[in-house]
Amino acid sequence: MIDPVTLIVALIAASTPILLAAIGELVVEKSGVLNLGVEGMMIMGAVCGFAIAVNTGSPWIGFVAGAIGGAALSMIFAFLTQVLLSNQVATGLALTLFGLGLASLIGEGYSGINPPLTPDLFPQAMREIPVIGPILFGHDIIIYFSILLVAAVWVFLYSTRAGLILRAVGESHDAAHALGYKVIRIRFMAIAFGGACAGLGGAYLSLVRVPSWTEGMTAGAGWIALAIVVFASWKPWRALIGAYLFGGIAALQLRLQAAEISVPVWVLDSSPYIVTIIVLVIISSDKTRSALNAPAALGRVFHSTR
Amino acid sequence: MIRLIKRPAPSPLWSLATPVVAVILTMIAGGIMFAALGKDPFEAIRVIFWDPLFHERFASYSRPQLLIKAGPLILIAIGLSLGFRAGIWNIGAEGQYIIGAICGAGFGLAFYPSENPLIFPGMVVAGALGGWAWAMIPAILKTRFRTNEILVSLLLVYVAEAILATAATGFLRNPEGSGFPGSRNLARHAGTDNPELIANTGMHWGVVAAFIAVIAAYVLLNRHILGYQIKLAGQAPRAARFAGVNPTRLIILCLGVSGALAGMAGLFEVSGPAGQISIDFGVGYGFTAIIVAFLGRLHPVGILLAGLLMALTYIGGELAQLMLGVPASAIQAFQGMLLFFLLALDVLSNYRITFGAEAKA
Repeated sequence: MIDPVTLIVALIAASTPILLAAIGELVVEKSGVLNLGVEGMMIMGAVCGFAIAVNTGSPWIGFVAGAIGGAALSMIFAFLTQVLLSNQVATGLALTLFGLGLASLIGEGYSGINPPLTPDLFPQAMREIPVIGPILFGHDIIIYFSILLVAAVWVFLYSTRAGLILRAVGESHDAAHALGYKVIRIRFMAIAFGGACAGLGGAYLSLVRVPSWTEGMTAGAGWIALAIVVFASWKPWRALIGAYLFGGIAALQLRLQAAEISVPVWVLDSSPYIVTIIVLVIISSDKTRSALNAPAALGRVFHSTR
Repeated sequence: MIRLIKRPAPSPLWSLATPVVAVILTMIAGGIMFAALGKDPFEAIRVIFWDPLFHERFASYSRPQLLIKAGPLILIAIGLSLGFRAGIWNIGAEGQYIIGAICGAGFGLAFYPSENPLIFPGMVVAGALGGWAWAMIPAILKTRFRTNEILVSLLLVYVAEAILATAATGFLRNPEGSGFPGSRNLARHAGTDNPELIANTGMHWGVVAAFIAVIAAYVLLNRHILGYQIKLAGQAPRAARFAGVNPTRLIILCLGVSGALAGMAGLFEVSGPAGQISIDFGVGYGFTAIIVAFLGRLHPVGILLAGLLMALTYIGGELAQLMLGVPASAIQAFQGMLLFFLLALDVLSNYRITFGAEAKA
């Protein structure tokens, strides 16, 4: 029997890495840049966060290191696509391939180690309240941070001047450039933010979710995050819903496997990916909605003639 | 002030020179990486690029490996390059490769222990069809529902890996294997084997297929209207539409061809060098082939050379692991670096770099 309360708790933990990466990528895509290197930045964050946390004994320094690792890797992408005007799809793929290799290189000798424990935020008494205790108070600070981050991105994009400029750059870089905005500088910042979020998500994976380091441990989480941005039609709160939906499927399928129900293992193993594809199909088949919300300059190279 | 001015057409000189310069820069950056790992950089570069071909003790083993590794890389990359040229991004070749291997091996094992000479050709067809069918999923979703083919093809790799694990431990497991995961050995059974055609060269049917694919792609791109349409759709999508290029047909075709070639590559691998379906059958050829396609400038002959070079880094990497204790992951990072330098240097073929402010605008 599957207990709904523990399922919801597991769902939230399983969703958080994807949510962090997705909200970062959402900002990047809002600025008109398509960074397909999320998987690579996540795994860099996972390994940097893990290595630093193990060596310092502090998960907090680890999380910061994970964010820095992801942001550092994203700067290669930013330099190539923004300064050297390379193809964003190809460069993003390169970032993923390179990140996976570099991360396993850094991670040599770290497998099989336990990271320092990340404590829960609220005291024991609050967490023991039936039903709402574990669901509302039974998490570590990163989970609350991820939800605050969604709110912050939403406020930033739709209620601040800087957010308006970022969206303008994503809709028409030529018009924004003509108005005197520094397109490349704004995009650099957006890409760095996306890298830091993906890195933090990766660090959450290796420090809390799993918690250990194994090669290729992100296992497609970065790609699912990219799919969630499309699913969310580039809207922050819908990214939250999307991430929790997929976290729910991931958490549920593990429990179904443990319960040994009569569904083939490969169907359960691949269910998060299959459901992602199905949802993508549903979203993209709705012509008006998906076409209206995609940033108009997404993936296009910006080259100012003067 | 450094300024970039777009060239009317890519510079032919730089298009040829960038892969070479990128390889040299990667060697330098890789040398720094190896030095950081505490290895002698010059020795590491020599072990990776020179010793597999000319070392008196290892070369006899590693020279045939060159074609064995290059075969699948070239075969997959040729298929991918057609799509990449047309702006259709199939990045799930790894999944098509795995499904092709499972379908082809399944066909061969269904007739076990027959040694009928028609079985192997049937396996090749089954492998190609398997890869084709797997690639048709993103193709149809793209043409019918405008679903992003990058995400779908990539996500299907993970589904394919789950099916592979089930195949190795379940429906294709060797019934005489005392319960161990993995299928019967196809390479050691006449009728299903993909043998070395010329002794000590590494030449097998997959390498032959790769060479044929190179020639076919060359003819297609230079002598056939379809090749022209592929190039046009990539460079000027609007013009292509006016010229009557059917985008749906192009998507189905490009994804289908790349899927079929990747599936065939998987079949040749499972019936030859790998020998059997096992859990760790997928070794990332489908992803490395992306690097090969770009390193070869999406040109058939370039891909042939790039595939051989990338195969060399694989073999050299294994040798460096053996002789110097360089971790295998360092080679993966090294290959990723190569793609970075290549993409970075592309700016030189597409743009002219001028110094000084405000030339002609």
